[in-house]
Amino acid sequence: MKVCVSSSGKEKSSNVDFRFGRCSYFAIYDSENAEFKALENAGIASAQGAGIAAAQQVVDEKVDAVITGNMGPNAMNLLKAAGIKIFGAAGGTVEGAIKLFQENKLESIEKPAPAHSGMGNQKRGW
Amino acid sequence: MQISVLSGKGGTGKTTIATNLAVIMGGYYVDCDVEEPNGFIFLKPNISKSKDVSIPTPQIDYTKCTLCKKCVQVCQFNALGIAGNQVVVFEKLCHGCGACLLACPDGAISEKERAIGKIDAGQSGELKCLQGVLNVGEPMAGPIIRDLKEMVKEESSLIDCSPGSSCNVVKAISGAHYAILVTEPTAFGLHDLKIAVELVRKLKLPFGLIINRGNDDNRMIIDYCEKEKIRLLGVIPFDRRVAEIYSRGNLLIEDEHYREIFEELAENIREVVRCS
Repeated sequence: MKVCVSSSGKEKSSNVDFRFGRCSYFAIYDSENAEFKALENAGIASAQGAGIAAAQQVVDEKVDAVITGNMGPNAMNLLKAAGIKIFGAAGGTVEGAIKLFQENKLESIEKPAPAHSGMGNQKRGW
Repeated sequence: MQISVLSGKGGTGKTTIATNLAVIMGGYYVDCDVEEPNGFIFLKPNISKSKDVSIPTPQIDYTKCTLCKKCVQVCQFNALGIAGNQVVVFEKLCHGCGACLLACPDGAISEKERAIGKIDAGQSGELKCLQGVLNVGEPMAGPIIRDLKEMVKEESSLIDCSPGSSCNVVKAISGAHYAILVTEPTAFGLHDLKIAVELVRKLKLPFGLIINRGNDDNRMIIDYCEKEKIRLLGVIPFDRRVAEIYSRGNLLIEDEHYREIFEELAENIREVVRCS
């Protein structure tokens, strides 16, 4: 099983990034072969539709589940269309989140956060 | 001949200036503040025609689609995604550019028109009036503004812009022959005026300034104009009577005193437009 965590860094010890569409990295762990890798989020610099670009990248990695803080409506639509399950993390490290996921201790996210909620104090596109 | 009215700061009186001037100068009044058009409240035209404004969005023919992903890769707006065995179209992100249609090697994409708003046309006395109305929840105003501008082209028209200096303002003032900047004598008014000045200068548009709600603080705007060599077209005073007329939904020029002020403004504008 392949699981993807939105992450603020490239390491297992990096913190979970609460944003999905505009997180810094996707940490991907494959339990079949215990392989871990981190990919830069290609959608982060998008003027619009960052969540969709990010979700597409995750779909293309053929993961089975995503762990994040909040996810917007568009990204959620695409992941759901691909049959990917989405789980919420309360905080901590990527490694910790994966462990909780394997112990079935994470709750699934069914409702999207409002669009653009991960934009924080970043400058808007216009 | 298009004259655009813009401000930088919102609530400085663009619509007040544009509607009153339009009645005096004639031609067209065009409300390009399509997210919240309000000029018709004051002009009260009889709306004789309405038409939808739509943009083309992709439609996928799954008998031809091979899920090759070329449409997703070419889309600059992230309006398409592929998941499972379907292409997901995010219509509200689509700018209708048609790149996906061209990129599809299997001819699986066709376009269908999606309405995003409408344009109303009417007449208020001698004045021809147009307004764009963007549907609630739609993010993209550009196509409506483009269509409005296309309808007036070289006709004498006053273009009422949205506040700020966003894409919607740029679209509304592009191709205009002259710009009227409206400000108020406050620190906020001056701050946003400077941004609007930067914008019209970048677009090499000749422009002049009107101070609305003028009072003892006018000096801060006048000093800035003198320093920047900006032509002051006139001042509308801060006056309770203006608020009373406005809140009844009437035009200021229904009052004799204000008709004189606007006639003088119109004369100044005709003169500078002739020279520029």
